[in-house]
Amino acid sequence: MTRYVLRRLLQLIPVFFGTTFLIYVLVWAVPGDPFSGKCGQVACPPAYIAQMTEKFHLDDNIFVQYFKYLGSLFTGDWGETFNGTSVGELIATSYPITLRLAVIAVAIEAVIGLTAGVLTGLRGKGFLDNLVLVSTTFLISLPVFVTAIVLQLALGANGLGWIEASVSDNPSVGELIVPGIALGSLSMAYVARLSRTSIAENRRADYVRTAIAKGQPQSRVVLVHLLRNSVIPVLTFLGTDLGALMGGAIVTEGVFNINGLGGLIFRGIQNRESATVVGVVVLLVLVYLLMSLVVDLLYAVLDPRIRYD
Amino acid sequence: MRRSRRLWGPTVVMTSLALVLAACGGGSGSSAGAGETNPDGAVSVYGTEPQNALVPTNINDLGGTKAIQVMFATLVGFKGADAKPFNLMADSITTTDSKVYDIKIKQGWKFHDGTEVKAHNFIDAWNYGAYAPNGQLNTDFFSNIQGYTDVHPADENAKPATDKMSGLVQKGDYEFQVTLDAPFSVFDIKVGYQAFAPLPDAFFKDPKGFEQHPIGNGPMKFVSRTPNQDIKLTRNDDYKGDDKVHFKDLDIKIYSSQETAYQDLLSGRLDFMEALPPSAVAGGKYKNDLGDRLVTGHLLGISTIAVPYYVPGYNNLELRKAISMAIDRAQITKTVMNDTYVPADGYISQGIPGYRPGVCQFCKYDPAAAKEAFAKSGFKGKLTIASNADGGRKEPLVAACNSIKNTLGVECDFVPATDFGQWRSIVTGHKLTGMGRSDWSADYPSIEDFLNPIYKTGGSSNDSTYSNPQVDALLEKADATADKDAAVKLYQQAEDLIAKDLPSIPTWDEKGVAAKSKNLKSAALDFRRMPDYPSIEVLKK
Repeated sequence: MTRYVLRRLLQLIPVFFGTTFLIYVLVWAVPGDPFSGKCGQVACPPAYIAQMTEKFHLDDNIFVQYFKYLGSLFTGDWGETFNGTSVGELIATSYPITLRLAVIAVAIEAVIGLTAGVLTGLRGKGFLDNLVLVSTTFLISLPVFVTAIVLQLALGANGLGWIEASVSDNPSVGELIVPGIALGSLSMAYVARLSRTSIAENRRADYVRTAIAKGQPQSRVVLVHLLRNSVIPVLTFLGTDLGALMGGAIVTEGVFNINGLGGLIFRGIQNRESATVVGVVVLLVLVYLLMSLVVDLLYAVLDPRIRYD
Repeated sequence: MRRSRRLWGPTVVMTSLALVLAACGGGSGSSAGAGETNPDGAVSVYGTEPQNALVPTNINDLGGTKAIQVMFATLVGFKGADAKPFNLMADSITTTDSKVYDIKIKQGWKFHDGTEVKAHNFIDAWNYGAYAPNGQLNTDFFSNIQGYTDVHPADENAKPATDKMSGLVQKGDYEFQVTLDAPFSVFDIKVGYQAFAPLPDAFFKDPKGFEQHPIGNGPMKFVSRTPNQDIKLTRNDDYKGDDKVHFKDLDIKIYSSQETAYQDLLSGRLDFMEALPPSAVAGGKYKNDLGDRLVTGHLLGISTIAVPYYVPGYNNLELRKAISMAIDRAQITKTVMNDTYVPADGYISQGIPGYRPGVCQFCKYDPAAAKEAFAKSGFKGKLTIASNADGGRKEPLVAACNSIKNTLGVECDFVPATDFGQWRSIVTGHKLTGMGRSDWSADYPSIEDFLNPIYKTGGSSNDSTYSNPQVDALLEKADATADKDAAVKLYQQAEDLIAKDLPSIPTWDEKGVAAKSKNLKSAALDFRRMPDYPSIEVLKK
């Protein structure tokens, strides 16, 4: 186990360098002058461009730029935006909000998705099964921004008037529920589908039959024997989904004006703030890598038969 | 300032969807009008993240200007719908030859940190803005002051010999003299631009600290700023100017999407927006949504289609005439732009002193004459109009293209650029392969600012690479004419010549459609597309 963890941790290093390098190149090496649109209908003054070029090492080639960036990153400096705001500070103020939103989204996914999956998986064909099938197909077919805007318009002041179109600067859990639903809806549908299939498959497994034969009560059979084994693929999904959630958060936070990491990237892209975009995406890569590690390790906890050697 | 509209690429995808959905939301036209005002009320306005630190010499985008504008008082202010200049911090600005200006400032005005505003605060601030190593965005505004090339050499690698312009001389605590390189009759209006604001001594001691907590001399003072969230200001009760504000707290709320902000405005969570999202403009929906909360203004800007002289085949006057007369401006502004624009008939925005209707005689829709001119031009091939496609830029130009196509029977295509940045690099790199959008927002309300930058040979925004020695000579003569009325006449003569050459085709002139919430009793839009802060009154709850 220790060797496995160690190996996995070592694997993270090339992945980290590879992904961050790609991101850096993709964001900074896009063709076009980063200052061409900065000064409106006239060209930016050369003195301004010279100063900015020096500040962001734009004179160096992209490899040198990347290593300079990485170097400052390791000293805890995430760089600065064009308007002189520290990207580190931006991240520090926005990550708690995104974390809150992500937890809400995952909770919605897990609770609603799993319940629907377990119920339909156990019962098999019928009205409920069809209902879940249709509604999840519907949700899967909608991109996040559609769900978000529909919810915003339908529940906002122009519709039912239950929510405000934007979320306050430091949102409470209540305010984040609707954005959380928008964000989690897609994965919720997947979770329901996955757990339904998994449960339906394992329902007829030998160990379930044995458990029933032993005279175990129904609830114990379902919750301990059946669910524990069936939840493994779902868990993998939920874990790696956190990364996908961040992608969805870019849109959701943009729509609801939430000042989280997603909103930060959203604005970064709009304003061509390369430093912000790279910084936040690097952070998201780290989150993604760590989450997949945690998920892999959780396998062993859930299913002792899985050995890592 | 010159950036006429924010770029908001990703939202455009959503906009198109919102357009479809817009039909679902009904409008609620609650009336606000009579009612008591609350002099200590709070106001929130739509904002975008400033592109630079809040230093006047380094801000020219809408988001930053919105804060700077009310935090700093310049020598000259602009009042009312026609943006009439008046002496704000200046006691008097006098000149005999339009070259040497004597400026006396009012006494007893204070910066927000309690220090008095004196002549040297202006001189220091202007020198700072001009000094090349400081890399200030608005540095060009100081370029006609004598000695600018000493502090800002044309060669960007050269080190400036000095950091002080010889043209700025202090005459006393409250008086200084500005000498220009060449006569420039509009200088006393130009100094109303925000880049000419004074800076306190505290700025020069600790610029970094100042960026964290800017200190101005205007009607409102800085409270706090959270990047991507908001900029908070509060009233400066010691303010002596004529443009006092009639509310206490201002919250410039930063939004990532105009759509969301618009919904917040309708529900009363946001009090003022200076522009409406395309989904609200589409089909004239905003008129229903807003009712008497609609705020209209007149922006000092003009949209034209530049016809670059460097593109083969386009340097053809008959062709330009044909294109211009083939565009049905009245119909496009009404149906595609839903009355947020009016047809343009000259090179100057309507409402500026010196504007005359009908200067551009080829700007009337005249299919027959257009066809005739087109036949004479002998043009073969396809016409194109290029522009960035985001922010509602595409639709009117596509309509113009169709109008040309239908009238002249020539192929016409809209060529999109992905965003404003890419678009600008095409234009400044002279890489246009056909016509291109060329919009202009004036920095200060003067006929001069519509001509010199765009039509003078080598002008900073001369996208068409137009050059006519007669126009240049007239503009220079006008610049040198101290008498205001005589100068305006000369500028008008230059405009007449330009209208004959048609280097770019005037299309429309933006009216400026803004919105206020039900919490406000009154609010106006100023010529810069800024909330006119002194006009805002808050209703008592």
